[in-house]
Amino acid sequence: MYAYDDIDRTLLSERVSEFRDQVKRRLSGELTEDEFKMLRLQNGVYLQLHAYMFRVAIPYGTLSSKQLRRLAHVARTYDRGYGHFTTRQNIQFNWIKLAELPDALADLAEVGIHSMQTSGNNTRNVTSDQWAGVAPGEVEDPRIWSEILRQYTTLHPEFSFLPRKFKFAITASKHDRAAIKIHDVGLRLHRNDKGETGFEVMVGGGLGRTPFLAKTIRHFVHGHDLLSYVEAILRVYNRYGRRDNIYKARIKILVHELGADKFAQEVEEEWRQMDKRVLTLTDADIENVRSRFSYPVYENLPHMPDELKAAAHDTRFEAWRKNSVAPHKVPGYAIVTLSLKPVGMPPGDATAEQMDAIADLADRYSFGEIRVGHEQNLALPHVAKRDLPALWRALDKIGVATPNVNLVSDIIACPGLDYCSLANARSIPIAQELTRRFANHETASLIGRLHINISGCINACGHHHVGHIGILGVEKNGQEVYQITIGGRADENAELGNLIGPAVPYGEVADVVEDIVEAYLALREGPDELFIDAVKRLGVEPFRERVYATR
Amino acid sequence: MPLVRNEKITADDFVRVADDATIPAGGNVLIPLARFLEDAEALLQRDGKVGVILPNNRDPDDLEPYLERLALIALVFPTFRDGRAYSQARLLRERYGYDGELRATGQVLRDQFVFMIRAGFDAFEVKKDSDALAFEETIKRYSVFYQPTADGRFTALRQRLFRPYAAASR
Ligand code: SF4
Repeated sequence: MYAYDDIDRTLLSERVSEFRDQVKRRLSGELTEDEFKMLRLQNGVYLQLHAYMFRVAIPYGTLSSKQLRRLAHVARTYDRGYGHFTTRQNIQFNWIKLAELPDALADLAEVGIHSMQTSGNNTRNVTSDQWAGVAPGEVEDPRIWSEILRQYTTLHPEFSFLPRKFKFAITASKHDRAAIKIHDVGLRLHRNDKGETGFEVMVGGGLGRTPFLAKTIRHFVHGHDLLSYVEAILRVYNRYGRRDNIYKARIKILVHELGADKFAQEVEEEWRQMDKRVLTLTDADIENVRSRFSYPVYENLPHMPDELKAAAHDTRFEAWRKNSVAPHKVPGYAIVTLSLKPVGMPPGDATAEQMDAIADLADRYSFGEIRVGHEQNLALPHVAKRDLPALWRALDKIGVATPNVNLVSDIIACPGLDYCSLANARSIPIAQELTRRFANHETASLIGRLHINISGCINACGHHHVGHIGILGVEKNGQEVYQITIGGRADENAELGNLIGPAVPYGEVADVVEDIVEAYLALREGPDELFIDAVKRLGVEPFRERVYATR
Repeated sequence: MPLVRNEKITADDFVRVADDATIPAGGNVLIPLARFLEDAEALLQRDGKVGVILPNNRDPDDLEPYLERLALIALVFPTFRDGRAYSQARLLRERYGYDGELRATGQVLRDQFVFMIRAGFDAFEVKKDSDALAFEETIKRYSVFYQPTADGRFTALRQRLFRPYAAASR
C-alpha cells in the first residue's frame, strides 16, 4: 500500500475546496454549464442519461480495506447502494446529486482517494497490473513507478488541457495483465544488460472508432529519465495533436499520421533539447516513494496445508480454487480473484454491503489489501493457502465466488444504453443473457479461457476490439444491432478482432455467440487449444461459415 | 476585459493594433506575429515598447532573434480547452529564457490561473470581472505542487527529501 503523507493530503483537501467553490458558482449561475463542464470533468463528473455519474480513481488498482469501506459509504450515502468497477481501475457511481458531490469528495479525501482527472482531456488514472507486487517472476513492483507517474501527472500545469484524454498503463510481468498496448502510453518495465531498471515505451494504442495497438518508440528509457521522456511525449502531443476533430484528437492518430518513426524522432528531438536536470529522478527520489509503500510480513507457511487437503473433496470448493486462485510469489500464499460477474447480474457491480464484507475479509485474510483489475473483478492479493476454504465460504455467502474467472461468463461490458448518454445500444442486458446461457460451470470449463467484451457504442469502453469475442452495439434505422468480432486480445500478444459477418439484431446476439462457441468446440484440435489460439490457427472463415450458414 | 498584472488589476499600457490598422508613431503596441515578422527591425526601432501576439499553432522559434527586445508576448487561448499556449509559455521561459511580460489572452478564466502562473505567465487578460477580482484569492488555492517548472516552486518530491521520514508520515 502507498501511504499518503501530509503533502498528498494537503493537495487533496485543496482540490476539494476548489471544487466546492466551483459547484457553488455553478449552482448560483455564475458559471455557465459549458464553463462548468470542463471543471466537473476534471473531477470525474459526467452528465449521464438519468443523473450525474461520478468516477473515482483507484490508482494502479490498489485499495486498502479502509478505502473500500469508504467507497461503500459513498455508495450508501450519496448513491443507490452500489458502485460499478470499470475497465480502467475506476469505480463509478451512477446516481450522484451535484450539490452533494463536494461532500462525497471530502469523505473520500479523508482516506486518500480522489477523482481528479478521471475524465476530461487530461492525463487519466495511471493503471497497472492488479497482481503488482505479488505476481511470481515480476521484474519489480510497477506501482512505485505508477505512483511517481500519478504524482507527476496530477494537476500538471502544461498538460491539463490536451487535445484529448491520455492514458498510461504499466506492467512489470511477462504476461501483460494491464493491457498496455491499448493505452496512449504503455510502459513495460524491464532491465537492461547492466541490470538497470527502465521501460520499453509504447505509444499510440487505443480503441474507439479507429483502433490501434501501441508501437514501441524506444526500447529502453532508464528509470531516472522516465519523467523527462514522458514530458517530451506529452509536449509533442500537446503541441501537434489534432484539435480540429474530436475523433482524430487522440495521440494514436498523430502517431499514425506522422508514422511511428517520425513521431519517435520528434520525441527524441524534444527530449534532447529539454533541460532534464529538474525532472531526473534520483535514487533518493525513487527510494522515497518506495519507502511509503508498505508490504505484508509474510509467514513461513506450508505449500499444501492440511486445511486445503481437507477441503479438496468438496467439489464446489475445488471448482472455485482451480478457477479463482492464482500462484503468489511467496510459497504458502495465493492471489484470490473475486468474481463480480454472477449469473444474470451486470458485470463489475458491487453493493455497499458486499464492499464492506470484502473489506472485512481483506482485513482478516489479506493484510487489509484489495486489488481491482481491468477485467472488472476484485482480488485479495495475500491470502494464506490454509485460509482458502474459510475465505471461500465467506465469499460464496456474499456472492463473489462464482468460479468463472477468465471463462466465457466473465464478461467485460460497458454501462451502455442503461446509463450512458453516448450509447447506441444496450450492453448490460446482453452480458446478463450470456451469463445465463453459459451458467453451467461444466460447460464453461469445457470451453476454457474465453473473453467476451461488449461496448454499447464505438467509443469502446468495453474494449470489444480486444475481446476474444467482441460485441459492439450500433444503431441502424432506429434499431439496436451488434457487430461481432473474433480473435482480439489485450495481452502481450495483443491483436484487434476481425468481423465475423453482418451485424445481428439484439435478440440474436446470444444465439450467435453460442454458435461461435459451438463452432470452436467442433473445430479445436483438443481441449488444450484455447478459443483464441483456434481462431489464430484457422482464421475467421471457418467460424463465419458455421455461424452464418443457417442465418 | 480587465488586465491582471502583479496580482492586481491594472490599466493596459499597450495598444492592440489590428492586422490592417496603422501603427501609431509612439507608445506601446501589441502586434500580431505575422505583421511583426514582416518588418520586425523597423518596429523594434520605433519609440515605445513592442509586444507580439503569438498564435498558439506557431513555434516560439520564430521570435527567438527578438526575444531580448520584446517587452511583451501575448499567448492565446481561443477557448480554455485549448492548452497549446501552456507549452509555448514554458518553452519561452524555460528554454529560450524570455523574461519579459508573458500575457495570457483569450478565454482566460479563474480556474486556469494557477496552471498559467506555473507555466510562466505573469499577466492575464481575464474574461470576467468577477474572476479578475478573485485573482489574489484564487492563486492561493494550492500550496502543494507535484511538478517542477520554472516558477521555481518546491515540488512535493524535493520537499519530502529535505525532511525526515517520520515527519512525512505523521
Ligand atoms: S462504449 Fe459507448 S455506450 Fe459504452 S460506456 Fe462507452 S461511451 Fe457509453
